[in-house]
Amino acid sequence: MPEPILTLTGLNAFHGDFQALYGVDLEVNEGEVLAIIGANGAGKTTLLRSIAGLIGNEASQITYRGRPIGNARPDVVAKMGLAMVPEGRQLFPSLSVEENLMIGGRVNRAGPWNLRRVYDLFPILEERKAQASTSLSGGQQQMVAIGRALMANPDLIMFDEISLGLAPVIIRDIYKALPGIVGGGMSAVIVEQDITKALAVSSRVYCLQEGRVSLKGRSDAVSREDIARAYFGVE
Amino acid sequence: MDFVNAVVQGILLGGLYALFAAGLSLIFGVMRLVNIAHGDLIVLAAYLGLTTTVVLGVHPLVALIVVVPVMAGIGYVLQRGVLNHTLGDDILPPLLVTFGLSVIIQNALLEGYSADPQKMDAGVLETASVALGPLSLGLLPLLTFAIAVAVIAALQWTFYRTPLGRAFRATSDNQDIAQLMGLNKRHVFGLAMALALAVTAVAGILLGIRTSFDPSVGGGRLIFGFEAVIIGGLGNLWGTLVGGVILGVAQTVGATINPGWQLLAGHIAFLVILAVRPNGLFPRISG
Repeated sequence: MPEPILTLTGLNAFHGDFQALYGVDLEVNEGEVLAIIGANGAGKTTLLRSIAGLIGNEASQITYRGRPIGNARPDVVAKMGLAMVPEGRQLFPSLSVEENLMIGGRVNRAGPWNLRRVYDLFPILEERKAQASTSLSGGQQQMVAIGRALMANPDLIMFDEISLGLAPVIIRDIYKALPGIVGGGMSAVIVEQDITKALAVSSRVYCLQEGRVSLKGRSDAVSREDIARAYFGVE
Repeated sequence: MDFVNAVVQGILLGGLYALFAAGLSLIFGVMRLVNIAHGDLIVLAAYLGLTTTVVLGVHPLVALIVVVPVMAGIGYVLQRGVLNHTLGDDILPPLLVTFGLSVIIQNALLEGYSADPQKMDAGVLETASVALGPLSLGLLPLLTFAIAVAVIAALQWTFYRTPLGRAFRATSDNQDIAQLMGLNKRHVFGLAMALALAVTAVAGILLGIRTSFDPSVGGGRLIFGFEAVIIGGLGNLWGTLVGGVILGVAQTVGATINPGWQLLAGHIAFLVILAVRPNGLFPRISG
């Protein structure tokens, strides 16, 4: 059994005054791609924001490489090697494409990813590097957001709804690039509405329903019926 | 000729107003904080300059070597110790706290230095002038304007060409995401305030050489700074320089027409521009 890189133990997280997660137990193993699926409002984004430190929790409810980080600041978590590609890209509008990538590299962690590698992965970004990040298409912005997270050379990268609002052909391109990203031993958590895509790229899957884990299993072993039940809560 | 002279003097005076304004503009740009105590911090810098010149017996411009880092340090500590705790979704707490700070600084200066007007002695620099055709330009106003241009160019370069500037812009754009990039926003804000008060130190010393000052003059400097920022357009540093120049020219031209109109003319120019261009002359594109 590989060692978990990230463990959530009974995570109760709040979105404002509203409790979004109830006692979530989850682990991400070293080098695996874990998918988290669930309907809108199931608590997926709250889960990622909690891990990233944007939502404060009890320290012991989230451990990363054995260290409690539930109440750690987001910049500290980032320096420990967790990076996030946030929902809706959220690039910095007053920074150029290249500056967006460079600020991702600010955490100064050693590793294979640098501007050159990101440009090799997404050549269009090199052509557009001096442009304002807001002038790019949605798909290109998503490439910048992914590149920005990779520049941190994270050990664990979290993708929040990377296909949201993008054309199917763009989504295909981005998913085609994923193995090249996580192939180097990086662990990944993918939050995704598109269940087929999520199952295809992941080794294990968790389904959240109203803030609780309603299903967990190997991505190639869960049945459509199991997922439908876990997703919607119908018997 | 009087009129041309007034315009030229006004442009040079605008440099000083731009220095008053640059720190305000920077702070508002990075953390959306309106610093009501800014004028009093300028006066504090002038007093620190006075003390430095008296104690060390140095020229006021040499005192910058001491006052700039001291003010930067005060800025960092003030931000980390007090102002960071006031920042949030509500814009009222930072206004109230900096207003309180303004009162505290004024009264502390009153305790420490009394209400007597003070002035820094800059020797020949105060009276030296350069003849330019029929005009006679004071060396100090010329130097002030040159320093203002240099300071704004340096701030502009810092903002757009350095990793620190990238951190400022990113944090200003989106604090949450900036933190995901490993930026500690409290530290970034501390550095922004340190930089702003370093500029304030320069403004305070030039003010203290140019005119006499007492603990109560901060409010007026704050107004000039605000007006320059708004005229130029929020978030645009070169616009702030233009705003300072417009304000300075309006004041000196107003004073030429009638000595009692100096301040009034400046405020009217500000109101007219606010009415015609509510976002200022050169608001930052996009945002």
